[in-house]
Amino acid sequence: MSDLEAFRAETRAWLEDNCPPSMRTPMKGEADFCWGGRKFKFQSDDQKKWLERMASRGWTVPTWPKEYGGGGLSKDEAKILASEMKRIKARSPLTSFGIWMLGPALLKFGTHEQKLEHLPPIARGEIRWCQGYSEPNAGSDLASLATKAEDKGDHYIINGQKIWTSYADKADWIFCLIRTDTSSKHEGISFILFDMASEGVSTKPIKLISGYSPFCETFFDDVKAYKKNLVGEVNKGWTVAKYLLTHERTGISEMGLPVPLNRLAVDKLGTNGAGELSETMLRHQIAEHEIDAMSFMFTMERAQDEVKAGNEMGAYSSFLKAYGTELNKDRHELIVKINGSDAFEWEGQFSNNGEIARSWLRTKGNSIEGGTTEVQLNIISKRVLGLPG
Amino acid sequence: MALVLNEEQQLLKESAEGFLTEKAPVSQLRKLRDDADETGFSKELWTEMSEMGFAGLLVDEEQGGTGFGYVGAGIVAEAMGKTLSASPFMASGVVAASVIKAAGSDAQKEALLPAIAAGEVIVTLAVDETSRHAPEETVLKAEKSGDGYKLSGMKTFVPEGHVADKIIVLARTSGEAGDTEGLSLFLVDRGASGLIVDRTVSVDSRNWAKLTFEGVSAGADALLGREGKAYGALDGALDGARIVVAAELLGIAQHCFDETVEYLKERKQFGVPIGSFQALQHRAAQLYSEIEITRSAVLKALQMADAGGNVSWFASLAKAKASKTAELATNEAIQMHGGIGMTDEFDMGFYIKRARVLQHLYGDFNYHADRFARCSGY
Repeated sequence: MSDLEAFRAETRAWLEDNCPPSMRTPMKGEADFCWGGRKFKFQSDDQKKWLERMASRGWTVPTWPKEYGGGGLSKDEAKILASEMKRIKARSPLTSFGIWMLGPALLKFGTHEQKLEHLPPIARGEIRWCQGYSEPNAGSDLASLATKAEDKGDHYIINGQKIWTSYADKADWIFCLIRTDTSSKHEGISFILFDMASEGVSTKPIKLISGYSPFCETFFDDVKAYKKNLVGEVNKGWTVAKYLLTHERTGISEMGLPVPLNRLAVDKLGTNGAGELSETMLRHQIAEHEIDAMSFMFTMERAQDEVKAGNEMGAYSSFLKAYGTELNKDRHELIVKINGSDAFEWEGQFSNNGEIARSWLRTKGNSIEGGTTEVQLNIISKRVLGLPG
Repeated sequence: MALVLNEEQQLLKESAEGFLTEKAPVSQLRKLRDDADETGFSKELWTEMSEMGFAGLLVDEEQGGTGFGYVGAGIVAEAMGKTLSASPFMASGVVAASVIKAAGSDAQKEALLPAIAAGEVIVTLAVDETSRHAPEETVLKAEKSGDGYKLSGMKTFVPEGHVADKIIVLARTSGEAGDTEGLSLFLVDRGASGLIVDRTVSVDSRNWAKLTFEGVSAGADALLGREGKAYGALDGALDGARIVVAAELLGIAQHCFDETVEYLKERKQFGVPIGSFQALQHRAAQLYSEIEITRSAVLKALQMADAGGNVSWFASLAKAKASKTAELATNEAIQMHGGIGMTDEFDMGFYIKRARVLQHLYGDFNYHADRFARCSGY
């Protein structure tokens, strides 16, 4: 038996023994995600157990080094772990901006001390992070941000406002882009971490068209942040930010990964004698969408294989982000059409409190957050196609 | 299997692109057209291509081929889409070879595959009878006659049918139009008595034939596969061919796109390169995205075809997506080139014409989107 086969067998057995049955059922909504952090209330003992067991092996972050709380797995081993989890329909033990966004940036730009301090609590789900990027006057033109830091020797004093901070009201720490030099636009931004419990930090949730409030306005009034939590060099935060954004974009683009619509459509609409959806125009729309969706799924596979083969993908994440989010919006439009008037229920048990409508409305933000589709198209045209600015 | 080309396939890609760019660029197709060449391709060049191994990519090495499989055929087809090299590659090396491999007896394979791989014999498939691809609608009749059969009816849209040495004909031995049962494949010589071949010059400066069968005799040994049971093997072979056609469409789209991006950088209006205008940048970036996802669908389908088994779902996905993308790419290329894109002197016209023919060949977007849905259970 090869090493990888042995790893698969061992992993399968461990998952069978350790993944609680209730963690093998599909998540029904937002409430079933495990976000971790100081303020998090576990939905069940199983949810807590599952997180702790996975974290004990470093498998919440399978490819991170062991000394930073990871599993130390190779890409091939991590792929096996993912496929074995999928096999038993195991839920993700931990959903975390720390894992998805900050972690990769810290691994690349952080000092050994910073990694030791911040990565293991992320891996164990003890500290929940949020991202302080956008400001009221710095959206697509992010580098024009104005929240500023005053140098006070061993620390900074921070003043300003962020907006669209995902779950700022639930987060423990924030990674933030702060202006440390006003004489240069891109070269005057630093990447700074600080505790959301610090004096002078306040948050205010923003109610969205979905009725949910996943985003906040975040205010900083003379907040103290220690210099040991400056990541990378001072005034070089834009480099860290761009690297992190490619991870964020890849993460968002995965939302375009489809669960096929065929089952839903057949159940809801019924088929004619030939086994085809009775509503022919909708059938046509679904097929057209699914052809793109499946082609996109294979593109995600190809992009991963290209990286494995050692090819630099660079701005490819911009294309994946733009395409994946537009697909996801299109897909939810189709889900609404397939469900007809059932999709418009806003309250009540039948619709799980309007899950279909709320999810559909939420997708409208996909092509705005993490850089709008139009910003991604700008990046593709400049960095991939080399068109003049 | 990793969804990238391996080293051997990468080398094939480079050698195909190098060879075709040098020996068979689009200017050669233009010359064939301007000379009103009756063959529609250069026989010498086809011999050279065969020596390069292009004619036998789908033929095993023991039978004189290069055994590169569908991924290899897709690589060469994509390169041909970029240069529009005219040859019987698709008709003989891809479609006919696939059908013979899927339906032929050992003796038929031994007799034909090495000759196809060597480029010595050109074989083509006659399947369509109307302006629509619909194999099961075949009405061309094959009636028992002595030990063999007599074929009567019409075929159209038969690529290189005017010069092929042998033609594989889909005929009905029983049942009604629309039945997948009762279909049989026959191998007939182009010069057979009672077979009238009308050369048709196509919009893409290539040639196909309309065939009229007036009681053409076919011996029992001309039957390819079992009588009445041809549909499954034919559809499987066509699926492989459809994916290779998708690869040629991908090559066309990629070429038109690359040319357009270069033009956007060079062409100046209002004192600046037109590629600095966001309206054009976004269209270019969107076209880039469509081509990228098409490339993934095509490569995945090629790999699945080599892996064997039923690949209808993958073939319809690839052919539908490539057809749509090639249509977009050729239209956008002409629009973004402006007036020059409309001139015959400029090459873009050759690409849009070839694209539409290939989009239609063996099922267009609607055909394959419908089939994709059926294969997906709806």
